[in-house]
Amino acid sequence: MTQVTGADYIRILPEIILTLFGMAVMMADPLLPPKKSRKPLGLLALVGAIAAAVATVMQSNYTGTAFFDMIAVNSFSIFFHLLIALIVIVIILASYEYLEIQHINLGEYYGLILFGAVGMMLMSSATELVLIFIALEISSISTYVLAGFRRKSAGSSESSLKYFLLGSFATAFFLYGVALMFGATGSTSIAEIARQLQAGHTGLLAFVALALMFVGLGFKIASAPFHIWTPDVYEGAPAPVVGLMSTAPKAAVFAVLLRILFAAASASAFSSAWFWLVWVSAALSMTLGNIGALVQNNVKRMLAYSSIAHAGYMLVAFLGPATNPQVGISAAIFYTASYAAMNVGAFCIVSHLAGSEERYVTLDDYAGLSQRSPWLAAMLSIFMLSLIGIPPTAGFFAKYYVFNAALHANLVGLAVIGLINSAVAAYYYLRLIVVMYMRDSKTEAPVLPVPASLGVAVVLSAVATLYLGIWPQRILEYALRSAHDLIH
Amino acid sequence: MIDNSILTLVTFIPLVGALLLLFFPRNNDVIRWGALAVSLFTFVLSLHLPVHFKNGEPGFQFELDLSWISTPNIRYHVGVDGISIWLVLLTTFLVPLGVLISWNSVHARVKEFFVLLLVLETAMIGVFVSLDMFLFYVFWEATLIPMALLIGIWGHERRVYAAVKFFLYTMVASVFMLGSIIWLYTKTGSFDYNLIRHALASGQTALPGNTAMWLFLGFFIAFAVKVPIFPLHTWLPDAHVEAPTAGSVLLAGVLLKMGTYGLLRFNVALFPAEARRHAPWIVALAIIGIIYGALVAMVQPNLKKLVAYSSVSHLGFCVLGIFTFTVMGTDGAVYQMLNHGVSTGALFMLAGMLYERRHTYELTEFGGLATPMPIFATLFLVITLSSIGLPLLNGFVGEFLVLNGAFQAKALFGVLAATGIIWSACYMLWMYQRVFYGQVTVPVNNTLPDANLRERIALWPTVVFALIMGVASPLWINMIDPSVGAAVPAGNSSVQVEKPKMAPAVELFDHAALRNEKKSIEVSSR
Repeated sequence: MTQVTGADYIRILPEIILTLFGMAVMMADPLLPPKKSRKPLGLLALVGAIAAAVATVMQSNYTGTAFFDMIAVNSFSIFFHLLIALIVIVIILASYEYLEIQHINLGEYYGLILFGAVGMMLMSSATELVLIFIALEISSISTYVLAGFRRKSAGSSESSLKYFLLGSFATAFFLYGVALMFGATGSTSIAEIARQLQAGHTGLLAFVALALMFVGLGFKIASAPFHIWTPDVYEGAPAPVVGLMSTAPKAAVFAVLLRILFAAASASAFSSAWFWLVWVSAALSMTLGNIGALVQNNVKRMLAYSSIAHAGYMLVAFLGPATNPQVGISAAIFYTASYAAMNVGAFCIVSHLAGSEERYVTLDDYAGLSQRSPWLAAMLSIFMLSLIGIPPTAGFFAKYYVFNAALHANLVGLAVIGLINSAVAAYYYLRLIVVMYMRDSKTEAPVLPVPASLGVAVVLSAVATLYLGIWPQRILEYALRSAHDLIH
Repeated sequence: MIDNSILTLVTFIPLVGALLLLFFPRNNDVIRWGALAVSLFTFVLSLHLPVHFKNGEPGFQFELDLSWISTPNIRYHVGVDGISIWLVLLTTFLVPLGVLISWNSVHARVKEFFVLLLVLETAMIGVFVSLDMFLFYVFWEATLIPMALLIGIWGHERRVYAAVKFFLYTMVASVFMLGSIIWLYTKTGSFDYNLIRHALASGQTALPGNTAMWLFLGFFIAFAVKVPIFPLHTWLPDAHVEAPTAGSVLLAGVLLKMGTYGLLRFNVALFPAEARRHAPWIVALAIIGIIYGALVAMVQPNLKKLVAYSSVSHLGFCVLGIFTFTVMGTDGAVYQMLNHGVSTGALFMLAGMLYERRHTYELTEFGGLATPMPIFATLFLVITLSSIGLPLLNGFVGEFLVLNGAFQAKALFGVLAATGIIWSACYMLWMYQRVFYGQVTVPVNNTLPDANLRERIALWPTVVFALIMGVASPLWINMIDPSVGAAVPAGNSSVQVEKPKMAPAVELFDHAALRNEKKSIEVSSR
């Protein structure tokens, strides 16, 4: 393909739509009086996200590569595009009233979410390391700013700055990796790199490049030992933003990791060194994440540690059998979707209960929630049970497929570590349920009536959580198809 | 048609009822009547099962097998045999009583309470009817949440501690079972109970090295915690003492049976060789449980704790019966599960009624209650005697069969276990004496009202069944026996053939069982 055709544009249509809507939001923002609510912009962004989702669905008729093989549209990219679009829709719904409560009258909030989504979507369809890097930056810079959106709060600014400094550092690692890889193979195209690696012409340099890229990406998914920033950043950032950045960019980075791992690394001469890299990171993430979460009193911090642990479970899937890579890939894909459903739902509720200035985020503030707000308590319980991995919720099948992949690869040790971790994790998730149902309220944390937009967001998340837990079939089949498209 | 869907209906009608109740107004009376109607309807519907059960067929009946999820290959496969059918009925029988007993004792959050009770019913029935191991696991875990919430919200002072302990003990243990189930799936490609059993029995699925042992232990630990087998029983007294009355009734009546049912259905039937190999220490633990439970029960100053420890002792009999590998012992174990459900369920209801009146379970707070509460005392006496195992009442039949099986397997087992019956007579009668006989020691007890109409309606069915099951045991045993014959591994016939030596007293109540047993021996030896 030597020419850019119309079909090429359709293959980045969701990104184009989101960019246009993002720009529209930014331009409309100054037109509104400063004190006025930014709800119309939220609606505009919502329309944009829905349009992007629709465009993604339409893309299934236009699979193929675009822009000189820099983009590949197939089931794999469509899956992640749709997932990211849905997460963005739910987060916009959850932010709709949240911003009013926090007195944040800034329209660029919605613009940044849309721009961030552009970066994430590009990450999942890019097949070329430089484009991946650019996409990673687009998504990261948006989230750095979003993390600091509660401007009056010192914690939020701290969160933003920390995320920015450490994030830039990690991105630099990634970029070094890309540069070294180019030095080793003379290409930045993943397909070409894979060919070179499998031919075995490359030396140690390529492995160092892969390891550096893993450091950079490991930071973004908050896997140990690159996880230290997570609790502080999640604690300070606005709750809906945490819901977004713990799921959507993670899903996108996992897409990149899957691409690099299964297209390039696993078949190469370094497969065993790479294997141990991922193995150690997975085991560490699960263990450190869960142990850290055990002692947290702040719900946002607890969920931050839990997200580290879940990144570890997802990494386990990366070690699926090399002979039948679809098992591992589909497990990882399914896990990202399940984790998104339950975690976004949990953060929607956290953001609602946090109240003005996010004052009510400790366990004590959740005491007796079942009496003050039975429906919210019930929904949050569903999300917690899913995070534990109790059937019939999404979390169960997500874990099941992951450990199934590990067992297929005869990784009994890692599977046992994972199972023990799941049992430990039950304790702190359960504690939240216990507090909600079995303690009487101590503080006077008021429960504001649930606004319709948030209600829709929570119900969507809960339905997705239960749907994936009761009828995982369709999504799993799609994940298998995505896996097939990724490796062929 | 109805035969295919009856189990699904019985399983899910409580859940549907619970969902409907969710949308009812917060009018406590409406909720109570609604819950009673749903649970009674379920019970009536479940009566279809024994009426249309084809007796003498050892396989599963009322089966329904639909695809649920294809990767992994999980099916919605339900069915009952002569063992599980009675556990389903026990569940549907006890839940309406649980509703009645909670009528006034639950004041706070009434709607949530009855919704959870009905959700729990669905999960419990689901455990007994599942023939797909995965489905079984789902229901197994699903019982945990409503039960833990029932204990943690409506329990007594240390309720949160008890609820969390209960949840963690059972959940951690069941992870091991899940590991075993998944391992079996990776080797057989199926979660179907019948398929896996066939694959293991015929040797199609080879279990290399120690694999069979680990699988056996994986299942065993999950069930042992649930039964509970000594020394994994420590969650039980806490959970029982802190639980609301209906919670205790269902915990003792049904949830513990899930453990013994699992031992029989999975440990013994799937891994007969392993079961035999590990039987010595399991039997030893069972006997320790029988004696230890009884001794600890004897010194309890708290009525509910006493009944809780008596459960440890009684469930020890069930485990003993199962691990004798004799048809008779296993028949007795299954029968004892039902007996225990009826009599201990009733004991917890009675204890709950006392608590409603006095807000204490301390035995020293009672005494001489037979004077102000004669009807209550009479009902209590019948249930006490049934629990002890007085002939003509249900407990006797079960314990007798278990002890018979134990003697056949090894005389020492029988001798040691038999002491458990003596102990149970000691602590139960001593308890009864301290509560009901003598002078009224605490003045306020003089004014206690006797059992009212609602309480009598809740108690009479248990008393009636204690009697019927004591004198007409063949009604049950005839159905249990063929299924037990199919579940108990063949190859122990050397022990079974000696049976005709048995005392003629056996003929009084279970000649039919013996007849069937002979039949099954013939079948197995062929």
